[in-house]
Amino acid sequence: MEWILNNLPRITDLTLAHLMLALPAVAASFLIAVPIAWAANRVRPLREVVVSGTGLLYAVPSLPLFIVLPILLGTGVRDTFNVIVALTIFGLALMVRSAADALDSVDAGVRLASTAVGYSPAMRFFSVELPLAGPALLAGLRVVSVSTISLVSVSAVLGVQSLGSLFTDGFERAIIPSIAAGIVLTAVLALLLDLLLVAVGRLIMPWARVGQS
Amino acid sequence: MAIEFRNVTKTYPDGTVAVDNFSLHVPSHTCTVLLGSSGCGKSTLLRMVNRMVDPTSGAVLIDDDDVATTEPVALRRRIGYVMQDSGLLPHRRVVDNIATVPRLNGASKAEAHRRANELMEIVGLDAAMARRYPRQLSGGQQQRVGVARGLAGDPNILLMDEPFGAVDPLVRVELQRELQRIQTELRKTIIFVTHDIDEALTLGDQIVVLKKGGEVAQIGKPQEIVEAPANDFVAQFLGLDSARRSLNAAPRDGGGWLVSDGRGRPLGVVDTVPDQHTDTD
Repeated sequence: MEWILNNLPRITDLTLAHLMLALPAVAASFLIAVPIAWAANRVRPLREVVVSGTGLLYAVPSLPLFIVLPILLGTGVRDTFNVIVALTIFGLALMVRSAADALDSVDAGVRLASTAVGYSPAMRFFSVELPLAGPALLAGLRVVSVSTISLVSVSAVLGVQSLGSLFTDGFERAIIPSIAAGIVLTAVLALLLDLLLVAVGRLIMPWARVGQS
Repeated sequence: MAIEFRNVTKTYPDGTVAVDNFSLHVPSHTCTVLLGSSGCGKSTLLRMVNRMVDPTSGAVLIDDDDVATTEPVALRRRIGYVMQDSGLLPHRRVVDNIATVPRLNGASKAEAHRRANELMEIVGLDAAMARRYPRQLSGGQQQRVGVARGLAGDPNILLMDEPFGAVDPLVRVELQRELQRIQTELRKTIIFVTHDIDEALTLGDQIVVLKKGGEVAQIGKPQEIVEAPANDFVAQFLGLDSARRSLNAAPRDGGGWLVSDGRGRPLGVVDTVPDQHTDTD
């Protein structure tokens, strides 16, 4: 505890650095996955290929990806952009299937009705299908968020600063509190972000919680 | 606004013929019921009017204009549509569901809500329902919201696809009565699809009995269909051959008459039976 208090400024910096890596990756995964999922659902024969294909990206080992990506992107190994791209790829692997299933789950009767009352296809997507897929999209996003927060730590091995650095430093220098703080704070951060997502979901989708009368 | 089906045929890519060379005139300000079992193409015909389905050949005309020349989205915004299971948007409150079409047509939110409140009164929905979500309403209330939404854009034409098919019989009768009341006030051109003969006889100014593939078995007023079914198919559909509609009345002990059908199934009680008409003049 004393070690934590003595290193509070550094821990705060690392927490922020951790978030700066994780949040852009979570956001990018979501924003890229939704159009891919939409397109995959439209072209039915390709759906399984696209969805399973992106899912397989998760099988790529994370450490080699962190090292190979800079060569492809022309960035340095310790560039945060490199890390964000790698995390986005893993995020996509989880999110594309979630998003494809979420968009698919929108009730056919509601789709038919919204077409019948005069929604154009684009309006129907944004004001009917996307909101109704919301709860399932949120479920997918929560998995991506937790997974990304935890994956960020791996980049510490490369020397990119994050809460993972507490773990790698503590391991090298045999400081048990540092190792413990790294693990606990990563978990706490994942939990906080998850709670935040749930709260935002309740705020923007109040209808999802109303029960049958 | 009159609607005209002119030799419409709908063939699907797999070779299924949903409708084969169907023609019909739907007069303005009346309710035409398309009556038939599932698979007779009645919903397909209905959806041709607002271009949810385009005929393979033939044309649908609204006041002599071929609907194929109208952009589908614009066309749908001026035709009311009410379907089974209401098709309400579960993420929108009742008032917003009803306001959908006015909003799509460019009305301000305040104006659309005012219109929605007006319609809630017309279809007999308590104002307290406005802020609820569809899921919080009973089946019958949801259908009322569906009807209100269909009417909100003040369309001349109302398409109704088995709108009361999923509610229990008591509520169904109540909704039919409400629709009749609304129709006497608003006088829309309604096409109403159902497989329920009693519903057809209740609501139809004109009934079109359909066989498979949209083949017309008979067109006529309810009375004509009951009194003079054109063929065995219509008679069977009405239940005439099973003696469902040949009625008997027998005196009751407590006064009045018990009415039963040809199979002896009791239907109801009448206080008096009109005198037998005799040719006196």
